[in-house]
Amino acid sequence: MALNQSVLSVNELTVSFRQYTRGLRQIELTVITGLSAEIQPGKILAVIGSSGSGKSLLAHAILGILPSNARVTGTMAYDGEELTAERQVKLRGREIAFIPQSVNYLDPLMKVGAQVRASIKDNKKEVQRDIFARYHLDSQVENLYPFQLSGGMARRVLVSGAMVSDARLIIADEPTPGLHPEIVEEALTHLRQLADEGRAVMLITHDVGAVLNVADYIAVFYAGTTVETAPVKDFAGKGEALRHPYSKALWKALPQNDFIPVSGFQPSPGDLPLGCLFSPRCPMASRECFESRPLERELRGGKVRCYHAT
Amino acid sequence: MQLKQLILFILGKMVKMFILLAALCLLSFWMVSNSPVDPVQAYVGADMMLVGPEQLERISAYWGVDKPPIEQFGRWASALLQGDLGTSMIFRRPVASIIKERFFASLILMGLAWTLSGLVGFALGIVAGMKQNTWVDKAIKSYCLILASTPTFWLGLILLIIFAVWLNWFPLGLAVPAGVLTENVRLIDRIHHLILPALTLSVLGVANIALHTRQKLVEVLSSEYVLLARARGASETEILWRHGIRNIALPAITLQFASLSELFGGSVLAETVFSYPGLGRATVQAGLRSDVPLLLGCVIFSAVFVFSGNLIADTVYRVVDPRIRHKDGAV
Amino acid sequence: MKSANSLPIRTAKDTAHKNMLPKLSRRHRTLIVLALTTLLLLSIVTGSYILSDSGLSVNFEIKNQAPSMNNLFGTDWLGRDMFTRTVKGLSLSLGVGMMAALVSAVLALFLGICAATLGKTVDTAVTWLVDLFLGVPHLVIIILIAFSVGGGIRGVIIGVAVTHWPSLARVIRAEVMQLRSAEYVQVSRHLGKSRWWVATHHLLPHLISQFFVGLILLFPHAILHEAGISFLGFGLSPDTPAIGIILSEAMRYLSTGMWWLAFFPGVSLLIMVRAFDILGNNILLLLDPHKAHE
Ligand SMILES: Nc1ncnc2c1ncn2[C@@H]1O[C@H](COP(=O)(O)OP(=O)(O)OP(=O)(O)O)[C@@H](O)[C@H]1O
Ligand code: SF4
Ligand SMILES: [Mg+2]
Repeated sequence: MALNQSVLSVNELTVSFRQYTRGLRQIELTVITGLSAEIQPGKILAVIGSSGSGKSLLAHAILGILPSNARVTGTMAYDGEELTAERQVKLRGREIAFIPQSVNYLDPLMKVGAQVRASIKDNKKEVQRDIFARYHLDSQVENLYPFQLSGGMARRVLVSGAMVSDARLIIADEPTPGLHPEIVEEALTHLRQLADEGRAVMLITHDVGAVLNVADYIAVFYAGTTVETAPVKDFAGKGEALRHPYSKALWKALPQNDFIPVSGFQPSPGDLPLGCLFSPRCPMASRECFESRPLERELRGGKVRCYHAT
Repeated sequence: MQLKQLILFILGKMVKMFILLAALCLLSFWMVSNSPVDPVQAYVGADMMLVGPEQLERISAYWGVDKPPIEQFGRWASALLQGDLGTSMIFRRPVASIIKERFFASLILMGLAWTLSGLVGFALGIVAGMKQNTWVDKAIKSYCLILASTPTFWLGLILLIIFAVWLNWFPLGLAVPAGVLTENVRLIDRIHHLILPALTLSVLGVANIALHTRQKLVEVLSSEYVLLARARGASETEILWRHGIRNIALPAITLQFASLSELFGGSVLAETVFSYPGLGRATVQAGLRSDVPLLLGCVIFSAVFVFSGNLIADTVYRVVDPRIRHKDGAV
Repeated sequence: MKSANSLPIRTAKDTAHKNMLPKLSRRHRTLIVLALTTLLLLSIVTGSYILSDSGLSVNFEIKNQAPSMNNLFGTDWLGRDMFTRTVKGLSLSLGVGMMAALVSAVLALFLGICAATLGKTVDTAVTWLVDLFLGVPHLVIIILIAFSVGGGIRGVIIGVAVTHWPSLARVIRAEVMQLRSAEYVQVSRHLGKSRWWVATHHLLPHLISQFFVGLILLFPHAILHEAGISFLGFGLSPDTPAIGIILSEAMRYLSTGMWWLAFFPGVSLLIMVRAFDILGNNILLLLDPHKAHE
């Protein structure tokens, strides 16, 4: 991968939740398992994976905004230095910008203009108007409450709230669904521009197709871990260049390709398989796959977590 | 458009209130008319010996005790509709004027306690919510839970023992110094007599509002919009001012208005402990001494009081919450 | 919930700390609290039987005594032992409170189920009834009822029962509504089972736990109201020394400075009420950790 020093690197991150069930018995749900990822300045890393694979939680873990019943192990580094809880508090909003996944992230009782202005330092009004104009938000929108906005408008408000800062790392959690194609284009181009100015962007999405044109790398998530990280050019043809059986299957499942859905279900955090997390669904699984989990290894300019990948 | 809706809403609530009040009147009247206490005897009371049979008859005619209950109710209800609540047996004065006078005294007491409990409770709730799961939170929570289990009247007794009997800081009871003519009572005396009862009465309210505010604040702080504020670098204080207060003030105010029922119940006890001449004490006296007109008057009036509180709570919500205020304003 | 920002990424330190100071799991703590409160409440009841009545007899030689080893809670103006009086008073209040709470809970169960199963009209009627009873201060209704039945235990029980059912009725109504839409109930309805059959075979077992928790949480309110109404003079008569009566008598001796007359019975009442509250909330916590509010 690139020689540049990473802005952010995540190493063997595990996130689990303590929960109580009937009778106050404590259970532990492991939602992210031994996850590693890194992002370089000037690059866009797209994170794809099905619902519940832990994409949003990764973003929340980086920002340090997981709920208090979450247990986190592993290390994260920002600019080569360990990203401690104190540093997270210092960096977020300044060095790290965040676009959240849903419109529930807007305060229902606060006008949206004020919500965006809260994350601007100087020239609040002016900066907010400019950014609203950029995302085709009418000037009167700033005086509306979230419930008065359409889903698409609310999303654009959320995007503009992150674009006002001069952060060096932008984490966008599914910024585009429900938006007009033109505006998706606009938002992605904007992210690309920001990356070209030297920022690092982590773009979380369901939709591989949408990010092929803007991303540099794609990390494929499955059941709370990265099964493969590959340069975007490997996502081509019939996916021959891809390394992991899940990424290949995912690629083939796209409508523009073979459109064959991946059979079976992602395991639930309550009972993860003992061996490789993909083993229950993997056509290539062997005995060792069921006994232990493969470690991440470098392969052909990417990373993969599979015993049999070549 | 919106104003019209609001007026319609209030009118609707009022209609409902009148229907409920009518039901309450019927129910209360039925209950007291089933009472084993004979109203005529109760009216005459200890004077029984002094009253001649003629007079006795006049009294029972006035009460219509010889008529069937339905007719009695009809007479009472039609008088009620004209604002005539009857004459109190123990005070020998129109019930309406007694209620007016007593309610004014109670209103001062309740108002003070209500404001006090609202402010203190809200502040405690915010501190506990901000410091969730720390010892500060646990201390405030235990304090409130203990307060909520404390019998109001017992607390009044204890305050009296400490501050009136031992320390002699406050008087033992009543609203004004004994033996002083009404026009000679100074404001400072009134306040002096008001402090302990108001403190006693505020205690239950403090617990309620603090626990409720804490709960709401905890919910707000774990909401997604606060998560975003945090992710964008807002400090906990900024979050409290920007999102916390905004989202918890309205529920707290609503709760405070909706708690008039408990406040009134508390004032019945507090006024008894402190011999404070308010409406609560009048209710107790009416019940103990079988003053049926006064008792019915108090029941109905307390219901009007509570309904008004609920109506204000609902109305405040409609006027203040933008989600309801701009219901058809969506773009 | 607070964010994990105070949580270090590595929790090794954290676990080391935990090992040095082994903490009980929440389950164990809850069970211990349950056991302790139950023990306390049981000891009040048994205590009132075990304590001999001699403490209640008039003995002017030891009247107005401050608390001592002989008379833990002191003695009153007749030389009666306040400890004995308090324990017996508590157990009496407990009995009356339980009776009232039970009647109230049964009423709630009945009205809640009716509202949920007998169609829109009944539902609306119950809602209006709830509004009516929430619209008048509880104490005022109890006074009215106590007056109309001529005072005594009956008045207290009816009064407290009639004023306390709405909240539990709402819970039960919601629960029944939810259960009714559950699949197996629908299936039984299809199989031609009567409403009554469905109610007794499917709904009741689910409701029983709700009912008991609701009942236990009603006790503290019922006991407090019973004490209040007796204190005002509407409840039990002076020869049945419930806590409310003891306290109202103590009020007459306030200016004498005999603080123990009011202090100990009140504190004991407070502890008992709190114990019930803790008991109910902990059982709720065990049954449904997400719904419990404490
Ligand atoms: N607070 C929590 N307590 C317990 N489990 C949680 C919590 N938050 C998330 N999870 C679980 O963690 C898993 C991953 O959730 P996450 O939100 O990261 O998924 P995602 O990949 O973002 O999915 P989507 O594409 O639907 O947004 C899910 O199984 C979810 O149920
Ligand atoms: S490790 Fe085995 S089971 Fe897992 S993806 Fe590779 S081949 Fe499949
Ligand atoms: Mg997500």
